[in-house]
Amino acid sequence: MNWQVMIESLPALAEGALVTLELVVISGVFGVLLAVPMAMARVSPRPWLRALPLAHIYFFRGTPLLVQIYLVYYGLGQFEAVRDSVLWPYLREAYWCAIIAFTLNTSAYTAEILRGAIQSVPRGEVEAAEAVGMSPALIWRRIRLPRAFRIALPAYSNEVILMLKGSALASTITLMDLTGVARTIIARTYTPVELFLAAGLLYVVLAFLILGGFRLVERRLNRHLQPR
Amino acid sequence: MDLQGFGAQLASGTWITVQLALASMACAVVLGLLGASAKTSGLAPLRWLGTAYTGMVRGLPELLVILLVYFGAAMVINQTASAFGYTQYIELSPFVAGVIALAFNYGAYMTEVFRGALATIPRGHTEAGMALGMGRLRIFRRIVLPQVWRVALPASGNIFLALLKDTALVSVIGLEDLMRETAIAVGYSKQPFTFYLAAAFIYLGLTAVATLGIHWLERRTTHGMRTLGG
Repeated sequence: MNWQVMIESLPALAEGALVTLELVVISGVFGVLLAVPMAMARVSPRPWLRALPLAHIYFFRGTPLLVQIYLVYYGLGQFEAVRDSVLWPYLREAYWCAIIAFTLNTSAYTAEILRGAIQSVPRGEVEAAEAVGMSPALIWRRIRLPRAFRIALPAYSNEVILMLKGSALASTITLMDLTGVARTIIARTYTPVELFLAAGLLYVVLAFLILGGFRLVERRLNRHLQPR
Repeated sequence: MDLQGFGAQLASGTWITVQLALASMACAVVLGLLGASAKTSGLAPLRWLGTAYTGMVRGLPELLVILLVYFGAAMVINQTASAFGYTQYIELSPFVAGVIALAFNYGAYMTEVFRGALATIPRGHTEAGMALGMGRLRIFRRIVLPQVWRVALPASGNIFLALLKDTALVSVIGLEDLMRETAIAVGYSKQPFTFYLAAAFIYLGLTAVATLGIHWLERRTTHGMRTLGG
């Protein structure tokens, strides 16, 4: 074991960890924004609306994340229309391609988590809201979604950890995330075990930070249930 | 979809992917049973080992574990070999490295599944076996295991689907699986979207078949059990 290399590469790895965290947070936020309407459509009483997000969810949950990343990063450039579009400067960048792929991927999983949560909001609470004359939109905003978010939170924290682990795939499209930095240093020093272990340690630290953050949010959302 | 004559290549890659997934799953099941036995063992060091294993693996990215096993296992094997006086360099084939890495990774998940399933088997069943004079191994094989399969199957099915998708990562260390064959086809045809989409649909097909297989197994193992509403 070469401890020297491990310690010396820590600052570079920490920078990579920041990129990893950035990827997870940005695609996590966009993923939730996409997932909410999809989950709402999935519980609609209208069959055609229910079927609408099905293809998206089925495709992104049924194929490897690596294929999805390659489809966005290498695949989109195949079409001239994409290359001529105003978005091309972004779609050419590995960074945005990774974010697009992660967002689409996590939105599919998050939509299913949210659907389950929305369906488990107690019927009586929705009926109570109807009884006091709330409109459907108001019920969604005030009762169903806030309750569903609270129910979904523990399962969603698992999804974020899975996303953190999946984000290592960004290194396969030249991104300098935590795994990417480790692989670059290894190419120079040839100390794979040391570097991958150091990177692994930082991943565990990141996972702890994320889980700690979720615990804080959970405590805040459930503060009315806490003993005084 | 025009595959420009690369169909046979994708098919051979698919076959490697299927073999890799099945072999890794078989090893992961064995590792999971060992891990679960360790975690529920009466010996504290074994329990710590099991906890460290599952805790570590579940916190690390799959890609990192694959790279670590690919380079790390090669190093360990060569150092052990040279300690015994074997000086030639032993190279780990990507397939074997892939199976070791995926099994190591998913063995941790299977450990948790089996630990939960083992806990559902009433202690009285083991005691009944003991009363009949069965040995510990025979009790495990004849009484505990057949019941554990049944409980563990739905969760194991989900894990197998995740493993099947993660086989794509082994292409990173050079295994000529579906992912790598697709990349080669892309290199010749310059049509990345077409070919990666084709690969995606093949993976979808594989997961669909796997789902059907899991349902079939579930129906078989719950044969003669009372089902809710059924």
